[in-house]
Amino acid sequence: MDKLEKRLDEIVEDFDLFDDELEKYEYIVDLGKSLKPINENARNDAYLVKGCTSLVWIIPSFKDGKMIFGGDSNTVIVKGLVAILIKIFSNASPQEILEFDLKQLNKLGLAEIVTPTRQNGFTSIVNKIVEYAKGAKND
Amino acid sequence: MYKKYFPYFKNSKNIYLDTAATAQKPSIVIDAVNEYYTKYCSNTHRSNFSDANRATTEYESTREAVKNCINAKESKEIIFTKGVTESLNLVASSFVKDRFDTVIISSLEHHSNIVPWHMQGRSLHKGLEVVNCDETLTFDMEHFEKLLKQNPNSFVSITHVSNAFGKLHPIKNIIQKAHKYGTLVMIDGAQSTPHFNIDMQDIDADFYTISGHKTYGPTGVGVLYVKAKHLESLRPYQTGGATIKDVSYDKTVLLKSPFKFEAGTQNIAGVIGFGKSIEFLQNIGYENIINYENEIYEYLYEKLKEIKDIIFYTDSINSIGSLSFNIKGLMADDLGILLDKMKISIRTGHHCAQPIMKKLGVNGTVRVSLAIYNDKDDINTFIKGLKRAIKILED
Repeated sequence: MDKLEKRLDEIVEDFDLFDDELEKYEYIVDLGKSLKPINENARNDAYLVKGCTSLVWIIPSFKDGKMIFGGDSNTVIVKGLVAILIKIFSNASPQEILEFDLKQLNKLGLAEIVTPTRQNGFTSIVNKIVEYAKGAKND
Repeated sequence: MYKKYFPYFKNSKNIYLDTAATAQKPSIVIDAVNEYYTKYCSNTHRSNFSDANRATTEYESTREAVKNCINAKESKEIIFTKGVTESLNLVASSFVKDRFDTVIISSLEHHSNIVPWHMQGRSLHKGLEVVNCDETLTFDMEHFEKLLKQNPNSFVSITHVSNAFGKLHPIKNIIQKAHKYGTLVMIDGAQSTPHFNIDMQDIDADFYTISGHKTYGPTGVGVLYVKAKHLESLRPYQTGGATIKDVSYDKTVLLKSPFKFEAGTQNIAGVIGFGKSIEFLQNIGYENIINYENEIYEYLYEKLKEIKDIIFYTDSINSIGSLSFNIKGLMADDLGILLDKMKISIRTGHHCAQPIMKKLGVNGTVRVSLAIYNDKDDINTFIKGLKRAIKILED
């Protein structure tokens, strides 16, 4: 099992601990609240995720061959989703990100608990991360 | 009290507070649709066998029911459509386009009464004017009159009740004012007939649109009321089967209204079901509906007022059906998602009314919309859920 898949499975295991969807969402909200704040200047169009109903920013940086992501959103729940994706994708090489099978994210069960619009937004955030990884690999 | 008539509530534990989007259907409507499909499914206005005759009779009896319900003068004034959106589009393309220099709308229109005008190449101050409203979203009658004076060749298209806020427009005064300047008026009644009765002779609208599915009827059915004197000027924008009197390769002679506007096989089951929803409302009585809904609306408003940092956009006096709000510092979408997880169905977002949201400087609101099947228990559960959602998001 690769590193990213392992991280994903840990989150899925956390989700499994909850009896109902509301508890799961309380957890997502808590993850959002614990997300490290981003620099105010980073809230600009360059880092904005297109295709989300909320405002979402994903900020990449590169250290020792690995990508580090920061992020933020104007809605708490989306911020939680950003936190989940950062847990999975941050601190990984562009190659590792690009080799990760994105279909595995379905294990999070977000398709059943997130509205269709949000689901599209979730995909848009993932696409933004992949886009950054592609750019970093080509550099 | 009225919940027992709606099978949805026997099958779902959800607290349904989204009637402004669509209403649940009473058994009488569902049974009528089922009966048509299982006992006499046939096309209308064509064949002559007994089931087909029954289908035509039932279909036409809905037209009579609508005519009587809204106090139209003649049944030919009642045209069946897919819904309010189609009714508005029909008038926009077959009556207003190329005839009027300016269309005047209110600040509270939903997209169905904005986009068709844009599609005609109109934009703000270039063929489209918007009447101002104040901070309680009250229609600015002085501004309206000014626009009527400035735009002698105009057409007014205004909602009766705002879908996003439940704000009730003083429609009779608006129509009187427009008629004083010789201007014709179309009223978007999508949010009116579920809650109160309308009388075409009293309000004197030239065109009035009704939603079937919001009035406890099936989806895909609506009505366009057209005052008889405008019927000849309204061109059919679709033609085909059941609209013609005579066709040769040289020419077509169309039937008279309403048939020339109902091309092809119609939503027969839907129209028949809609007839039953009117019967259902009339059996309860609009007076009872108004009194009951006022009581629960006021109860909702009072309970919401107790919530810290709530922001309202209207008063409760001139509002009906829907109530929109925000909680300071929180996003409506977050509240909506958490309420959904508590099995409370409300709507959040811009409610297909982005221009007024932009004017108010908000991304969206939480909208609670009530109907006769809601009760104080629903409201109590909603308030409890809302408080819990706020706590989760604020902590």
